[in-house]
Amino acid sequence: MSLILINLAGVFLIGLIVWWFWIAETRTRLITESGAVDILVEGGTYQPARIDAPVGKPVTLRFLRKDPSPCAEKVLFDKLGISRDLTIGKPEEITLVPKQPGVFEFTCQMGMYRGRLVVK
Amino acid sequence: MAKSDQVTRLSLSGLHCAGCVTTVETALKAVPGVTQAAVNLTERTATVKGDVSVPALIQAVAQSGYSAAEPKSDAEEAGKEAAEFAYYRALLHKTLVAAVVGAPLFVAEPLGLLPSLMHAQGRMFWLFVGIASLFVLVYSGGHFFTGAWKAFKAHNATMDTLIALGTGVAWLYSMVIVAFPELAPPLARHAYFEAATVIIALINLGAALEMRARGKTSEAVKRLLNLQPKIARVIRNGEEADINIAEIGLDETIRVRPGEKVPIDGVIIEGHSSVDESMLTGEPMPKEKNPGDEVVGGTLNKSGSFLFQAKHIGKDTALARIAEMVRQAQNAKPSIGRLADKISAVFVPSVLIISVITFLAWFDFGPAPALSYGLVTAMTVLIIACPCALGLATPMSIMVGVGKAAEQGVLIRNGEALQQAVKLTTIVLDKTGTITQGQPAVTALIPAAGWDEAKLLQWAASIEVASEHPLASAIIGLAKQRRLALMPLNDFRAIGGHGVSAKVNGNLVLFGNQKLMRDHHIDLGNLTARAAELSAQAQTPLYLAAQNKAAGIIAIADPIKPTSKAAIYRLQAQGIKVVMLTGDSVHTANAIAAQVGIDEVFAEVLPQDKAAKIAELQQRGEIVGMVGDGINDAPALAAAAVGFAVGAGTDVAIESADITLMHSNLKGVADAIEISKTTLRNIKQNLFGAFIYNVLGIPIAAGVLYPVVALLLNPMIAGAAMALSSVTVVSNANRLRWLDLVESHA
Repeated sequence: MSLILINLAGVFLIGLIVWWFWIAETRTRLITESGAVDILVEGGTYQPARIDAPVGKPVTLRFLRKDPSPCAEKVLFDKLGISRDLTIGKPEEITLVPKQPGVFEFTCQMGMYRGRLVVK
Repeated sequence: MAKSDQVTRLSLSGLHCAGCVTTVETALKAVPGVTQAAVNLTERTATVKGDVSVPALIQAVAQSGYSAAEPKSDAEEAGKEAAEFAYYRALLHKTLVAAVVGAPLFVAEPLGLLPSLMHAQGRMFWLFVGIASLFVLVYSGGHFFTGAWKAFKAHNATMDTLIALGTGVAWLYSMVIVAFPELAPPLARHAYFEAATVIIALINLGAALEMRARGKTSEAVKRLLNLQPKIARVIRNGEEADINIAEIGLDETIRVRPGEKVPIDGVIIEGHSSVDESMLTGEPMPKEKNPGDEVVGGTLNKSGSFLFQAKHIGKDTALARIAEMVRQAQNAKPSIGRLADKISAVFVPSVLIISVITFLAWFDFGPAPALSYGLVTAMTVLIIACPCALGLATPMSIMVGVGKAAEQGVLIRNGEALQQAVKLTTIVLDKTGTITQGQPAVTALIPAAGWDEAKLLQWAASIEVASEHPLASAIIGLAKQRRLALMPLNDFRAIGGHGVSAKVNGNLVLFGNQKLMRDHHIDLGNLTARAAELSAQAQTPLYLAAQNKAAGIIAIADPIKPTSKAAIYRLQAQGIKVVMLTGDSVHTANAIAAQVGIDEVFAEVLPQDKAAKIAELQQRGEIVGMVGDGINDAPALAAAAVGFAVGAGTDVAIESADITLMHSNLKGVADAIEISKTTLRNIKQNLFGAFIYNVLGIPIAAGVLYPVVALLLNPMIAGAAMALSSVTVVSNANRLRWLDLVESHA
C-alpha cells in the first residue's frame, strides 16, 4: 500500500514540477503604462520576472542589483543585442522602444537568472 | 617608499570661503602619512599626497565640519572591486565554517569513530551534530535557500534550487533518523550531516575560486581604459588646474606637457608637438601635430607642450567607444553557444524530475534499505548536476578571446564574426594602404660613381622643393629626416611628363625619367639595368644628372608594410587562399603580389566593382574575408562574410566592419583568425566537457552503474565534482590569455 502511495506521490511531484516550472505563468507581472519599471536583481532572480509592455512606446527598465554573486553582474537581452553591466546598489536604466510584439527574454550571462519582456 | 608619492583626490562639499580651505587643508595634513594636501576652492577638490587610506581622509574632512567623497568614476570602480573582494572573503568564511563542522565528521565516519544512533548517548551526539549542521546550512548555505525560494516563487529553478534541495533533503532525512531511528530499517539508519555540510563547504569554495578566475577574464577592457589618464590640466578662467577627466566639459581648453598622455579627444589650438599614437594605430613613428590637428585620448605627447580643445568627452572618446565595443562583443554569443542556453533553461527542472525518478527506481527495485538508497541517489543527482558549467562555457571563452584580441589591437565586433572568421577559405586584400603603406616613399638610393647616398638625396631634394609632384614630398621628407641642408636653386623648369631641370649651386641638374636623360644625351651606363630591376618590383626609378653626367637613381614606391609578407605567409600556412584586389595597374599589382607571395590578383578593379569581385569568389564556393580601409572598401567589406577594416580606430571602421584592426597592418588579420579559431576550439572543449560531465555524471549519480559494477557515488564526491566543473570551465577559458601569437617568418 505504502509502495503505491509513494509511487503515486512521486508521479504527482513530477507533474507538479512540470506544471510549476514549464506550464504555469509567473504571477509577478507588471503592465506598464508609465513606461518605467524597477527590477530588483536579488537572490538569483529578477523581480518582477515578467514585464508586459505595449508596442511602440518607450519602456525603461531600471535594474537595481542587490545580489553580490558575480552571476548577477550582467543582464543580457539576447534577441535585442543589449548587454549591460550591473553595479551593486547602482540603478542601471535600459530604455527601449519595442517595435514589434514578441517575448524578449533577459537573462544573466549564464541564463540562470531569467526574466521576460512581453511586448503586446 | 613606493607609496609615498601616491596622489589621492577627493571631491569636497560645504566649502564656501578661503577660510574653509585652510581648515580642510590643516585637517588633511594632520592625517598620518600625508605629505602634502592642497584644496582647490573653485573645483571643490582636494589633492593629497602620501601613503594614506581614503576613508581616513574622508573622516578627517568630516571631523573638520565638511564632507568629502572619492571622485565619482574612481569611486565606482573601487566600490565594485571592494564589493567583489568582500563577497570573495565572505565565501571563504562560509567555506571555513562549513568545513569546521563537516570535515571531522567526514574523516571520523569511515573510521567508525562516531557513536551509534541506537543508544541514547549516541543520539544526543547526533542531535548536537544536527543542530551544528543546521547552523552551517543557515550561515554558510543560507543564500542557496533564499535564492531557491525566490526563484521558485518566480517559477524558475536555478543552481540554488538543486543545492538547497540536495542538502536540505540530506539534513531533514538525517534529523528524522536521529529522532526516530526505529522508523527506518537498521541498515538505513545513517545520518548524512557530513554530506550536507561538506557539500556546502565545497560549493562555496568552488564559487570563491571561480570568482577569482573570473576577475581576470575582464582585464582587457580595464587595461584599455587605463591607457587614459585620470587627471587633466584644464584651463578655466585663465587658471590652470588638475581636474578629474570625468568633470571636463565640451570645448574646455586643456594643456598637455611633454611626456604626458593626452587625456581626452580634441583639436589642438595652440603649440605643436609629436604624439606617439602607437597604442591606437600601431604606428611606431610619432606623428607631428599642429593647430587644427586632432589628438586622441590615451596617446602619448612626446616633445612639445600644446593646448587643445575637448571635442569628445566621457563615453564619446575613441578609447571609451573601443572599450565599450569590446565589452559588447564580450557579451555576445555565437550561435554555437545558443544550444547550451536552451539546455540551461530546461536543465534544472529536468534534473528535479530525474531525481524523483531515481528515487522511485531505487525505492521500487533497489536493494534494502531501499528508502535510504533512494534518498541518497536522488540527493547525489541533485548535487552533481551543474548547469553552470554549461552556461559558463561560451561566455567565458568569448570574454577572454575577445579581450585577448583587443590587447593585440583586433576589435571583434560580435560572436558571429568570431565564428565566421574560423570558416574563411579566402582572404581578399586591398593593396594600397593595406598591403602597402599607402603613401609614396623613397625605397632605394643608388648613387653613381663619385656620388654617395646623402649627396644624391640632397641634390634631388633641393631641386624637388620647387616641384609640386606628389613624389617630391617623399624625397624632401627623407632629406629632412636625414637632416640634409637644401641648396639654393634657380632657373627651375618643369618638363611635362619627364621631370624637372634647374641650376643648383650653378650646376645644371636634371631629375626625371629615362626619357629626360636620353633627350639630354646622358650616359646612364649600368644604371639602366638597375632601373629595370626596380621597375619589375613596382618601384619608379628617377634619374639624377648633374652637369651632363649621371649621378644616380632614386627609386620611389608605395612601400610594402614590413609586416605584410609574414602575415600573408601565416594566413597561407593556415590553409587560407590570399587574393589581392586593387585599382592599380596589372604590372604594379603583379610586382607587389610577387614580393609578398600572393598568387591571385584582381587588378584595375574600380572601387564600385570590388563588391562584385567578392561575389564572384563566393560563387566559386569560397567563404571570403575582405580586408580594406573601411571607407573606400565599404561595399566590399559588407559583401564579404567577414569584413576586416584596417582603420586605425577611425569611427567609420569601428562602426562598419565585423573586425577592426587598430594597428594598421595585416598581422592583425592572421591574429584575428588565429584567436577566433582558438576561442572557438576553447568553447567547444568547454561545451563538450560540460555536456559530458552532466551526461555521464547524472546517470552515474543516479546509480546506473550499480547493477553492473556495484558503483555508487558518494554525495560528497558529487559536490566536489560540481564545484570543480565550473572552476575547470573558467580555468580552461583563461588559458586563452596565454595564447602565443608569435609571428612566423616567411
